[in-house]
Amino acid sequence: MQLTLEFGGGLELLCDSKKIHNVNIEQQNGENKLTMKDLLSWVRTNLIKERPEMFMKGDTVRPGVLVLVNDCDWELSGQLETSLEEKDVVVFISTLHGG
Amino acid sequence: MEGAGERKRGVRLCCVCKKARASVKRPKTLDHICRECFYHAFESEIHQVIIRNSLFRPGERVAIGASGGKDSTVLAYVLSKLNRLHNYGLHLFLLSVDEGITGYRDDSLETVHRNQVQYGLPLKVVSYKDLYGWTMDQIVDVIGFKNNCTFCGVFRRQALDRGASLLKVDKLVTGHNADDIAETVLLNLLRGDVARLSRCTSITTGEDGPIPRCKPFNPNLDSFITYAYFKRLDYFSTECIYSPNAYRGFAREFIKDLERIRPRAILDIIKSGENFRISTTTKMPEQGTCERCGYISSQKWCKACVLLDGLNRGLPKLGIGRSRGSVGSENGNESKVEKSIQGKQCGTLDF
Repeated sequence: MQLTLEFGGGLELLCDSKKIHNVNIEQQNGENKLTMKDLLSWVRTNLIKERPEMFMKGDTVRPGVLVLVNDCDWELSGQLETSLEEKDVVVFISTLHGG
Repeated sequence: MEGAGERKRGVRLCCVCKKARASVKRPKTLDHICRECFYHAFESEIHQVIIRNSLFRPGERVAIGASGGKDSTVLAYVLSKLNRLHNYGLHLFLLSVDEGITGYRDDSLETVHRNQVQYGLPLKVVSYKDLYGWTMDQIVDVIGFKNNCTFCGVFRRQALDRGASLLKVDKLVTGHNADDIAETVLLNLLRGDVARLSRCTSITTGEDGPIPRCKPFNPNLDSFITYAYFKRLDYFSTECIYSPNAYRGFAREFIKDLERIRPRAILDIIKSGENFRISTTTKMPEQGTCERCGYISSQKWCKACVLLDGLNRGLPKLGIGRSRGSVGSENGNESKVEKSIQGKQCGTLDF
């Protein structure tokens, strides 16, 4: 599944200082289904190079990290259960840095 | 929240206009709203705060404390928009402080320079080097990574006031939002600083001083980052290279944990801060002026002069910690220090 991932608010520093990542994620068992939960664990394994605790806490994002799926707050789409589709854009922005 | 995995994409509509797709959940009301309605709600809430508290008068000169970070960038954008839209008649300026932190402030100041052009607002930059003769880089070389934020905080506060008086403004506005104020309430509680606790929740402070300060974003709970992201505002978001040990970071993380459980908890903390009343019999520090520089101070010398004196005398730890009132006098002997600690009023708190 092709997705565009964007990191901001300092989170890009955790993944080679690159803000936008176009990724292709192989689904497990050949199923055509991917949830945000799957994506987060994929990102943690494949993109986050340092200080993963700045990005995640437990199995979800750290409090203070804004997540948008296609420009819509993931709280409206079911957070971890949000199912992703081909060409979706997922944005992660940390709000923890100073204003 | 919708049923697990059963989401039909794009079905949920904005509960205000009932037309566009909802994009944002407002923390205060938990309403699901679309982008345009979010902008409108966000901006009109700030307008309401400004009107309700009569923050400004037509013709006033107002400096916006601008760090290049998200909050002050949103403040500069929204305030200049509201000023045009509602004819506040304000003369707005951007005011930045250059602490002299290589790799951090130099980059964020570039953002402020771009904002100056983007919003058409005149910019004034005041630097620690010019005001105090020291950059933060030099201070950290001497003091290390402990207490460095104390120097920076004390110097910045005064630097903003000095910059504001150079600009001859009537008011200084800062982008402190509900998160920041809730953090400050907790920090003041933990430090037992009752004098600050009782004033940190006010929208306007320092009305008796030369330049009052306002926080038009108090007590806004909306996500500034969502606003800044959707509006594609140009802001800088790197953590200060000297701040990882700052006490405030722990308070911030705690607040963010609470917010996840219940967003309004932030407003409740601010409310409890407001409800702390100092018993009338408590002796509060009296506001006077610093004998050395004339800045407001409750002691003989203001905190900035005490810290600066320590730096210049090669005793940078002077003025750090609890021995208030002891420094500033050249003969600051031990017994005097002790006396000032014992004499420190803890203050009684009642709700």
